[in-house]
Amino acid sequence: MNYIEPHAHMVSRTTDDYERMALAGCAAVCEPAFWAGFDRSSPAGFYDYFSQLTEHEPRRAAKFGLKHFCWLGINSKEAEDVKLAEEVIDLVPAFLGRGNVLGIGEIGLNKNSRNELRVLERQVELAAKHRQLILVHTPHLEDKLKGTRLILDVLKSDSRIAPERVIIDHVEEHTVELVLDCGMWAGMTLYPETKATPARAIDILERYGSERLWLNSACDWGVSDPLAVPKTALEMKKRGHTARAVEQVVFANPKNFLSQSPHFRIE
Amino acid sequence: MTRQQLLDLYFLDARHKLIEVAAFLDRVERAQGAEDFRLKSFRAALPHLSGRKRDRAKAILVAFSDPTTQAVAKAEGKGASGAWKRKK
Repeated sequence: MNYIEPHAHMVSRTTDDYERMALAGCAAVCEPAFWAGFDRSSPAGFYDYFSQLTEHEPRRAAKFGLKHFCWLGINSKEAEDVKLAEEVIDLVPAFLGRGNVLGIGEIGLNKNSRNELRVLERQVELAAKHRQLILVHTPHLEDKLKGTRLILDVLKSDSRIAPERVIIDHVEEHTVELVLDCGMWAGMTLYPETKATPARAIDILERYGSERLWLNSACDWGVSDPLAVPKTALEMKKRGHTARAVEQVVFANPKNFLSQSPHFRIE
Repeated sequence: MTRQQLLDLYFLDARHKLIEVAAFLDRVERAQGAEDFRLKSFRAALPHLSGRKRDRAKAILVAFSDPTTQAVAKAEGKGASGAWKRKK
């Protein structure tokens, strides 16, 4: 079974993970820019990170036969410092032409603050100006529902943003309908404790259909599983889903969404 | 899948998780000291499990969520605790 990992922070993972993902059938991995677990002290730190995502990491993935793509932007955890965030946003256009860049992401909200909203609006403006796809991070736990609503308000208020070119990630039972009703795509993140489990993600697929949903591991430097997508595919088979239905969710759906970027090409 | 097939697949796992919840409450209540907003939220969410309701998972997620609608003035830290703490 081939699958696409549409959200993984591979700079935090070992080569063993690349090998295991390749053995499990991963055809491509997509890496949104994110928080490193600590705040970077200057825009230069982000310049180096964007270089890592567009130069070094594709070479590391290629050693295991994997195509590597990325998304660029400043994450919401570092958006409280608006001056820093604006300087980082100004760096992004120079990278957008690089061959593995899919769009602006992961952007969004973390604690639903005014400064986070301001930085989100700047990055939505950047995406609109450069006709880029958008990948949105929704907040954690108790902040997710409110944050999802605030994010959707920002996106819906900009007529230049086509909903089918936006993926809202980390949806759960209380936010998935809000996203799908707006015509956007929804990502379900498979985490051991704090997001969706394989069983719950399949519940959502069975209730809402698989037309605009995808699965991802969002594996990073924390407790997470880079094989969460193929494990969920196995769970889907246990639940009686056909091989074709599984393939739709783990391969065709991310391929269809991501192919809206001219940079996304896989066999 | 039929109800029987789903029970075969998930009953033991769900039973195990339910006992873990019960043991967690016993453990917390045996301990000394004050409780906080998280335990209050947890207790408030529990009734959503009982009865023949639909959308229990959604109801519990909503019960733990911030119900306000306006952006906050400033992010206080980066983490989330899992339950909304009402501002005094």
